[in-house]
Amino acid sequence: MNDFDWGVIARSWSFLAEGMALSALLVLVATVGGLVLGFGLALMRLSTHRFIAAPAAAYVTVMRSLPLVLVLFWFYFLIPLAIGRPIGSLMSALIAFVMFEAAFYCEIIRAGIANVRKGQAEAGLATGLRRGQVMRHIVMPQALRAMMPLVLNQIVIVFQDTSLVYVVALHDFLTTASIVASRDGRPTEMYTLVAVVYLIICLSATKAVEFYRKGRTT
Amino acid sequence: MIAVEDVHKSYGKLQILRGCSATVRQGEVVVICGPSGSGKSTLIKCVNGLVPFERGTITVNGVSVSDPKTDLPALRSRIGMVFQSFELYPHMTALENVSLAQIHVLKRSRAEADERSEKILMRVGLGSKMTSRPSQLSGGQQQRVGIARALAMDPAAMLFDEPTSALDPEMINEVLEVMQELALEGMTMMVVTHEMGFAQRVADRVLFMDGGEILEDTPKAQFFTAPATERAKQFLTKVLTH
Ligand SMILES: Nc1ncnc2c1ncn2[C@@H]1O[C@H](COP(=O)(O)OP(=O)(O)OP(=O)(O)O)[C@@H](O)[C@H]1O
Ligand SMILES: [Mg+2]
Repeated sequence: MNDFDWGVIARSWSFLAEGMALSALLVLVATVGGLVLGFGLALMRLSTHRFIAAPAAAYVTVMRSLPLVLVLFWFYFLIPLAIGRPIGSLMSALIAFVMFEAAFYCEIIRAGIANVRKGQAEAGLATGLRRGQVMRHIVMPQALRAMMPLVLNQIVIVFQDTSLVYVVALHDFLTTASIVASRDGRPTEMYTLVAVVYLIICLSATKAVEFYRKGRTT
Repeated sequence: MIAVEDVHKSYGKLQILRGCSATVRQGEVVVICGPSGSGKSTLIKCVNGLVPFERGTITVNGVSVSDPKTDLPALRSRIGMVFQSFELYPHMTALENVSLAQIHVLKRSRAEADERSEKILMRVGLGSKMTSRPSQLSGGQQQRVGIARALAMDPAAMLFDEPTSALDPEMINEVLEVMQELALEGMTMMVVTHEMGFAQRVADRVLFMDGGEILEDTPKAQFFTAPATERAKQFLTKVLTH
């Protein structure tokens, strides 16, 4: 019977950290970019002009029906074809994540905005505020509060999804860990580590949501 | 000062307003009543352009509400509006609710705006509630903040859409008192309400609406003693006896 050898984690630390850094970068870019682009899409979808709302709706439907792996492949092969030069797997993965997440954030933001009572905007407009000011000072602050738990949940999902970048030959945290696991013959230790890290991240997000909810009700 | 002429409004095929005309002169208080669904809220929201209409004209101080060249936000900033469900901003304190439009529409500094807000909140009896959130206030207090928010813009006229019908009975009077005071000071007011006592005390005229039409437009004395239409009579017996 083999004893556990937790030293494998320390020995492969810098390699694992690289994977962790890539995961973190993907999560960060996907979240920030996805929120910004998703906000634009949500505004388009809420427009009363059909030719503005329809393209955004189509985009969201298509993106949400495709598996992320496919989207990653797509951008990896399509963007170089479209712009005539290679952009590297990291760049294509970042773009793919942003485009993919934007569709989900669009729906989260749209629901958040739609849940703010119509009378709130009317009250703001009635005092002479312009539409943009009503959005910024009255509707969005309320929408953001309602959206916060869903956004945190989405961040956890993205973190789990970063492992899919192996299809474009990138190593995220999970992939680096599994490389070490088979190279050093220490799967138990490595996959335990992976599970613990995922668990910590998920629990912190849950705690953040709870903390946030408590803060709101007082 | 407010002139409504032959206003028609439909939602899809459903016609809500069928040719409404009315005028409200400077300093006048006009009460609008009528059964549920008769188009009272729709009409009052047409006056400040919150609801667009297909036919007819509405002018406020000579400025047309439906003219695409009109600066609607500027026009609205001169007309206060008070809502049935208060519509205070829940993420702001009472003071911030009252200051918001002063800062972003009238371009007052925050200090200036807050100073004015404090004065108005004190005037409506909420001097001790400046830093409370709407959720910490009673319905009557919330509606008084709603009135203060409108007054802070120094409006030339005020629109009220059933300001007391969401309130518990014991809170109705504190709101009506504030409105009555405003009327006595000469504010031009259009008030949708079923508070006939209020109408009897302060209204100059009463409009009775039914089915998207203004069936009566009469001085209040005449409305209460001798309504011209059968439907107004029925309506009056209903609201006065319950
Ligand atoms: N946004 C809308 N879309 C479709 N129909 C509407 C809309 N707003 C109002 N209506 C309809 O217009 C009619 C008149 O509504 P309105 O709110 O003006 O009546 P009201 O006289 O204010 O009634 P209440 O006393 O119940 O407030 C109602 O039948 C209502 O269902
Ligand atoms: Mg109404």
